[in-house]
Amino acid sequence: MRQLCYTCGSIAILPACTAKYSTWRFLTDDEAKLLIAISEQFIPADKDPGATDAKVVNFFDKQLVGYYKKHQETYRKGLQSIDASAINTFHKRFIDLEWDQQTKFLESMEVGKLPKEDWGEINQSSLFRMLLDHTMQAFYGSPRHGGNCNYVSFKMLKIDYPHVIGQNRYNSNSMDPNQKAS
Amino acid sequence: MNDNHVNAIVIGAGAGGGVVAKELAVAGLTVVLFERGDWVTYDAHNDDELMSQRTHPFENPFGPDNKRHRRVFVESDGTPRIVLPHEYPFSNNAACVGSGTVSYGAMAWRFMEKDFLMKSSYGHVEGSTLEDWPIAYQDLEPYYEKAEWEIGVSGDHNGNPFQSPRRKPYPMPAFAYNRDGQMLHDAAEKLGLHPFPIPMLRNSVRYNGRPACYRMRTCVGFACPVNAKCGTHNTVIPVALESGNCELRTNCQVAEVMVNDKGLATGVKYFDENDKGHIQTADIVVISCAAVETARLLLNSKSKLFPHGAGNNYDWVGRNLQGHAYTGASGIFEEEIYDDVGPGACWAVGDFNHDNEGIIGGGALCNSFFTPPYAFTRLRPPGAKQWGLEHKEFQRKNYKRISSVRGPFQEIPNFDARVTVDPEVKDHWGIPVARLSGQRHAYDRIGCQFMADRAEEILKEAGAALTWQAVGGRGLSGDQHQSGTARMGDDPQTSVTDKYGRIHEIDNLFVADGSLHVTNGGFNPVLTIMALGFYIGEYIATSWKGGTFTTR
Repeated sequence: MRQLCYTCGSIAILPACTAKYSTWRFLTDDEAKLLIAISEQFIPADKDPGATDAKVVNFFDKQLVGYYKKHQETYRKGLQSIDASAINTFHKRFIDLEWDQQTKFLESMEVGKLPKEDWGEINQSSLFRMLLDHTMQAFYGSPRHGGNCNYVSFKMLKIDYPHVIGQNRYNSNSMDPNQKAS
Repeated sequence: MNDNHVNAIVIGAGAGGGVVAKELAVAGLTVVLFERGDWVTYDAHNDDELMSQRTHPFENPFGPDNKRHRRVFVESDGTPRIVLPHEYPFSNNAACVGSGTVSYGAMAWRFMEKDFLMKSSYGHVEGSTLEDWPIAYQDLEPYYEKAEWEIGVSGDHNGNPFQSPRRKPYPMPAFAYNRDGQMLHDAAEKLGLHPFPIPMLRNSVRYNGRPACYRMRTCVGFACPVNAKCGTHNTVIPVALESGNCELRTNCQVAEVMVNDKGLATGVKYFDENDKGHIQTADIVVISCAAVETARLLLNSKSKLFPHGAGNNYDWVGRNLQGHAYTGASGIFEEEIYDDVGPGACWAVGDFNHDNEGIIGGGALCNSFFTPPYAFTRLRPPGAKQWGLEHKEFQRKNYKRISSVRGPFQEIPNFDARVTVDPEVKDHWGIPVARLSGQRHAYDRIGCQFMADRAEEILKEAGAALTWQAVGGRGLSGDQHQSGTARMGDDPQTSVTDKYGRIHEIDNLFVADGSLHVTNGGFNPVLTIMALGFYIGEYIATSWKGGTFTTR
């Protein structure tokens, strides 16, 4: 039974993990690369996988034609503004910046301290918070929404995955609710 | 289109309405139970954190939907804005058969004697509408017992020395503590407090034909995959349907209660699942839509004798919106305290609920439900960086090392925290939507600080290396513990219903939900809502003599 659940689990998450970067539903290739770079800053790979490994960008693309359709314009204009601001500040597009420069840029953006003229009607710190929040949803949420590929964040937190309902602790011979998990 | 006349209409198949429908149906009345949502199952969203009742960035997994429903929320600076059901200021409960009882954490608290006597106990509080209930704990005690036995509660009969007198033990034994609960229990005892296991509307042993809980880490915010959580959807509503006297109409939106020129309710206007308008007539109408929607429905039910809405001739409908100001502290421990024995919350102390020098009311303190991974990204000490390697390291290191002690502070009601109907905004069916405005009473912040201090002391005693507080009590209340908007009382000029939940001056129109709560206790309110359902249901069933219900 447990084997069966794992099998079903991997079928369910297969599409999210194998989607090619050229088949975006909303994002352009450049936007996708930019989002990969930003989300990797938010959750960098170290001994555990980071945002790129978790395919966080799939979540962005999937939700931007789904629940987050309403954010399409903010994403489109906001990502343009990020590059415009990076070019103005560091003379390079965001993805071409050194890691530490990217970090510095995002730290300024978080507190709204990047030069105002590149942002139009976009509020840079609100955009920062939204991108961060969506990255966290993607990395820690269910893989069915596009991110958290292969439950990498659950593995990192050392919680069981997929969450097999009760199989891991339900002993049908006993109805003792107080048995501790093994 | 007119439907066949029935004896009683109950609007809302949640904690209150489910119980009333069952009480009336088994007593032999023909009942139509309206629910704007539908049946929900675990399989629709299983244990998906982003589709849970607690975290819903996309939409509400248990309703209502974003397409058809709206509310208006008035910011503290007076600016109104339209909010969608899944957005926080919407103050959502749920819209499905069983309502919040499908996905709740299922704490099964009885209010205390003093919770019914807040004004007598503490006197007038400036700027508040603090008042006594027209009924006492003793009046409700037999109905608390019914709720505990018919719906099912696991608990320790003698666990809480501060509890109000009870005649009968719980039907099921208490749940054992998890590691977190045991740790806090030991710490609380060292501090001279009186910890005990939280009574829960969850099967600790097989009960009522449903299995025992196997303590998953996901529970609050989700439907139960094995039906071990006890709500109205798997207890009283099936009983009502099996009686043959109750018809459940799901996906139906009630627009207004019709009140005739004699001041009696004749039925309701509603829209079915295909948006077709109907009229359903009845001898008795019971509204159980939770504090926001109950107030909205009353206000939208205008008639000759009640031009400002049913029961609203003295402008009390929708007033005194309350919920709970959650407050407490978190601590990081050296050792792992997370043992995956769900749902997390299992331990409580009642020491800070009443009789604390200088504090009005108070509340229970409990350990928290397990925080799922995404929500955990926000659980940080002040000043901690929210992203980068620091974020990741915090998640990895502390996911199993944080304990949070929190509780619902009993809010001090005020007249201006309220539900009205918006003059312009309408929902999918053209019905004016609820408009939420006002703020909590300033005292709530003081009470919340007191409780957060106590929570932090317990965590420190338990050995936390680092602790911090999250003090609640600001902004407008409501949310899942929403209450107070159709206050019961003896004086028609300062309350909406009499002590049986009947709208003053409309003999056959009742409210049975948290809207009746004069004050909301320092506890999760659901068992009180269920008890009121049994109490009001029994009153109607035993007093009804056929035909339009009247006491005249």
